[in-house]
Amino acid sequence: MTSPKRTPLVELRDISISFGGIKAVDHVSVDLYPGEVVGLLGHNGAGKSTLIKCLSGAYQADGGEIFINGEKASIQNPRDARNYNIETIYQTLALADNLDAASNLFLGRELMANGLVDDAKMEAETRRIMGRLNPNFRKFNVPVSALSGGQRQSVAIARAVYFNARILIMDEPTAALGPHETQMVAELIRELKAQGLGIFLIEHDIHNVMKLCDRASVMKNGKLIGTVDVKKVTDDDILGMIIMGKKPA
Amino acid sequence: MTDTTLSEQQDGKGGMFTMAALQKVVAFAVLVIMLLFFSIFAPNFAAWNNMVNIMQATAVNGVLGVAVTFVIIAGGIDLAVGTMMTLTAVVAGLVLTNLGLPLPLGIVGALASGGLMGAFSGWTIAKLKIPPFIATLGMMQIARGLALVFSEAKPIYFNSTPSYQYISPESSITLLIPGLEIPNGVFIMFIVAIIASIMLNRTILGRYIFALGSNEEAARLSGMNVDFWKITTYALSGAICGVAGLLVSSRLNSAQPALGLGYELDAIAAAVIGGTSLAGGRGTILGTIIGAFIMSVLTNGLRIMGVQEEWKIVVTGLIIIIAVYVDIVLRKKM
Repeated sequence: MTSPKRTPLVELRDISISFGGIKAVDHVSVDLYPGEVVGLLGHNGAGKSTLIKCLSGAYQADGGEIFINGEKASIQNPRDARNYNIETIYQTLALADNLDAASNLFLGRELMANGLVDDAKMEAETRRIMGRLNPNFRKFNVPVSALSGGQRQSVAIARAVYFNARILIMDEPTAALGPHETQMVAELIRELKAQGLGIFLIEHDIHNVMKLCDRASVMKNGKLIGTVDVKKVTDDDILGMIIMGKKPA
Repeated sequence: MTDTTLSEQQDGKGGMFTMAALQKVVAFAVLVIMLLFFSIFAPNFAAWNNMVNIMQATAVNGVLGVAVTFVIIAGGIDLAVGTMMTLTAVVAGLVLTNLGLPLPLGIVGALASGGLMGAFSGWTIAKLKIPPFIATLGMMQIARGLALVFSEAKPIYFNSTPSYQYISPESSITLLIPGLEIPNGVFIMFIVAIIASIMLNRTILGRYIFALGSNEEAARLSGMNVDFWKITTYALSGAICGVAGLLVSSRLNSAQPALGLGYELDAIAAAVIGGTSLAGGRGTILGTIIGAFIMSVLTNGLRIMGVQEEWKIVVTGLIIIIAVYVDIVLRKKM
């Protein structure tokens, strides 16, 4: 995976960002290759979400550089990130509650016909992708506030995968889900990985990390403790990194 | 995604915003009941002349209601719609009477000045991060002051522009259907409402207005230029106030610089009675128009029944509270 000849899909180099004097992310470097899942781990407040928000355009780093396919990228806002085919499933899902599933899926990228929004086409497309992701989903004509947690999650996931993302950021995609739904997300991650996407996965469940990720980068207090090949370490090694902040010998 | 969701499945074809539809039905039922009540108990209420009065009164408040509905759905508020209306009327007066320019320029002046003031409010809200309530409270005073300054605190009459009458009180429909003396201003209100409704439901702007009011952060993360769309929303709202300015000054054949205070509350009341949520993200133009009719029927009916004028204010307050309560109850059922 880390052969020096391959160009990483994403390289975050020496990223730093502070809020009111507190270093939320302190000189962190991580990378991601095509067809790879990299887990970002750490306690709450370790800086994982803040780090990936620099990549998704929600925040701008105070220092450091981002490279996409080996070229320096400038990501000033979420629109820039989308132009680099970076899609994000936020922990909060970032859905507009009063709009229906299709309007949320296409928010900011509406399909148009004759200068007006083409709701029929957008709903048809939403039905198509939902048929693949969550065949039980039927609530196409109600505001997403009326959906269950799992249904809302599937709308957020559909939005991220519909637009042919090359880089996917998933911030605790299974936090609100039951075991069956978690299993479906795991299958989706494997499928997307097989298609050659690179995925940053923020995940608390060490079990899921061992199962889904190729590598894991552990953060603590804004700093990177280290990045390990998941196949070469044990659960306890990673837990040690998270809790003690120590790299396995 | 789960099996448990199967039980709550429903093929909701056409069911989007059902609650908003229900609220409109409730508001419309209230309007019909009020019309029936006053027709029976208020002498001459149902006379055609009185209906025309009601429609004319509704035209101004209805258009202002539409203006404020856009802003409220976008998660904001605009307290300046009343005095902005006044200033646009004064601008029309300056252009037509003081400068003696032709009517179309007066109309453009009113719409443009409204749009500019709205854009300024939007700019202070989006860029300076001033809360909408405060920013538009400031604009309310700015517009009120400017209207008095520009007019030297005196009414500006439109006597040199007789065609100005055709904006509101004249009835052009009688040329087509003799005897149907519905004032032009009423048609203008419906035209504004129809265009506004299309904008809200079928254009990008409308979609983004709902998105802003639903979850501004989600809108931002979706790549929307949140500041631009906010400013656009307030500017549009201001321009619609320009339409109201033309209507009110045409009806009075004068721009009255002292008028306008209090109109903003009637406009907000019309929107709220019509089911627009002050929390943002929900509302309809049709609901606001029904709300505006409820307000003017109430005012007119109580006056004819000889109820002391001030009671209308009390009743309006109660209706707003009831309307918001109905909104809360319906939302829980959703």
